[in-house]
Amino acid sequence: MAIEKTVKITDATGVHARPATVLVNKAGNFSSDSKIEYNGKSVNLKSIMGVMSLGIPKDAEIKIIADGDDEQEAIDAIYEVIKQEGLGE
Amino acid sequence: MNNLSGIAASNGIAIAKAYILAAPDLSFEKKKVENTATEIERLNKALEISKQELEKIKENARKSLGDEHAEIFSAHLLVLSDPELINPIQDKIKTDQVNAEAALEDVANMFIDMFKAMENEYMRERAADIQDVTKRVMAHLLDVTFPDPALIDEEVVVIAEDLTPSDTAQLNKQFVKGFTTNIGGRTSHSAIMARSLEIPAVVGTKTVTEEVKKDDMLIVDGIDGKVIINPSEEELATYKQKQEDFAKQKEVWAQLKDEPTISADGTHVELVANIGTPEDVVGVLNNGGEGVGLYRTEFLYMGKSELPTEDEQFEAYKSVLEQMGEKPVVVRTLDIGGDKELSYLKLPEEMNPFLGFRAIRLCLERDDIFRTQLRALLRASTYGNLKIMFPMIATLDEFRQAKALLLEEKDNLKNEGVSVSDDIEIGIMVEIPSTAVIARQFAKEVDFFSIGTNDLIQYTMAADRMNERVSYLYQPYHPAILSLVNNVIEAAHAEGKWAGMCGEMAGDSIAIPILLGLGLDEFSMSATSILPARTQIKDLSKDELASYKDQLLAMSTADEVEAFIREKTNQ
Repeated sequence: MAIEKTVKITDATGVHARPATVLVNKAGNFSSDSKIEYNGKSVNLKSIMGVMSLGIPKDAEIKIIADGDDEQEAIDAIYEVIKQEGLGE
Repeated sequence: MNNLSGIAASNGIAIAKAYILAAPDLSFEKKKVENTATEIERLNKALEISKQELEKIKENARKSLGDEHAEIFSAHLLVLSDPELINPIQDKIKTDQVNAEAALEDVANMFIDMFKAMENEYMRERAADIQDVTKRVMAHLLDVTFPDPALIDEEVVVIAEDLTPSDTAQLNKQFVKGFTTNIGGRTSHSAIMARSLEIPAVVGTKTVTEEVKKDDMLIVDGIDGKVIINPSEEELATYKQKQEDFAKQKEVWAQLKDEPTISADGTHVELVANIGTPEDVVGVLNNGGEGVGLYRTEFLYMGKSELPTEDEQFEAYKSVLEQMGEKPVVVRTLDIGGDKELSYLKLPEEMNPFLGFRAIRLCLERDDIFRTQLRALLRASTYGNLKIMFPMIATLDEFRQAKALLLEEKDNLKNEGVSVSDDIEIGIMVEIPSTAVIARQFAKEVDFFSIGTNDLIQYTMAADRMNERVSYLYQPYHPAILSLVNNVIEAAHAEGKWAGMCGEMAGDSIAIPILLGLGLDEFSMSATSILPARTQIKDLSKDELASYKDQLLAMSTADEVEAFIREKTNQ
């Protein structure tokens, strides 16, 4: 059973290369599949190109989804990164 | 064998083998393959080597440029292990039965096109990152070297068409003994960097990348502007001698490091340095600089995705001022626009960028940007001996407006309880002929002048200094230039103010005697030019040179001026 969380992006440049790198690296630490959804499109959160290709701007509402054995830990860790990087809340 | 001539951009002799920093040929043939497993293995191997290289580049960037600049390579590394990139390439090899090169190109282009089509400019620029990364993999598939300054690990001379700021930032002085390029002049970025790194360089050779092959032995003579390819035993011996002589010469110069600059007849002038970042201050002090005559603040604004904050700027200014102690530091406010672009400001493209919306013109319209910088400078003013100058001043009104903003921000800060120095001199760059002509009127209101010759010459001679075909018009010794310079110095002195110069001309061995004779007070140059200039001035008589003034100003050509000075100063 997948779990998901909705986040609002507050960073002025949106999801740019540096925080995207940290997000993808973090997602890669978990065995669960993780996805990021924006504007009706959903991509693999373990793919830098996928995440960047969404072109997520400031004020966007995004959804992060994790599905697998460690889904709760994955979601928590990814959300933590989003806050730490000042990306959103 | 072949010898090439170019422009001597940075002193010294380098002898080492060539490292060609040029884009390799990445063309390939699309082929059908039977054994797709071998192709996938080739792909994985190329990816693996590319990752190792990027790790090395990242580490290097971290050391030389800091964590922030190294981060982009973390993103590049992630691209190389991105399942959304790798899986489609592998699938393509299997299903289409094509070679790895063809599959890589197809998939990479799909992503590049996708990013290029995005609305957000920042995201569009990421297409270049993907291109960069995939080119490296392609090079390894084709088994050609994908050169990178960060990967150099033996003594070499770097050969390139031109060197970009990011190339030069990665040059490791331990291994890069010198460089030579096809294009550029004494004032081009690569030349300025060579002098600040203190490595010999010859630029503007036009053909060095064509003449030199990988592993050729090279001599770069940055003193006389020569490049010798595969030298004979004899030539090698001659240049080794010249290299030793230069090292000895440097020792002689170094003896004057802590001395003031005094002419043979006892006139003191100030020899100060041009810098771009707080890191450059070490070089200024090591080379005996008596101050900073031009701190180019543009670097704080470049290579970023947004404007630097007030605090970020404050830290940089404070660092420079603290390191320099009581010595003067002249900071030039933002000189951006024209050829120096900031993508995040989204300035429209111009037909004549050098004559367009730049420097003070931009700052007065975008006073939000300007005020932030002024506040940062004012806050830093209590940490040293700060002087502020405005670039590209064409009218007195511009100066008055800029000064008014500065005083307004000073009041604001004081009202906020922040302490600000009350002894900040406020001056202008003189780079526009109109300002040089009415310097007398300006001198009543400014505290000092600093003549920016690179621009003053191009505006006076109406010759774009980026255009090689009109480079013969870049004539620092032209009597018209000397006349303007003289006018500025006389105007300053008439009002009891000082006049300096911060263009390349100030460090030139022909110009120095002329300027000394005209009464210039401050000479600002590359840090490495300071000690040779001090040595030269020690043997010059100011009074004698001053007596040639009328004669020089009455001459008709730059050649006449140069020949006269050479004769009088035995050069």
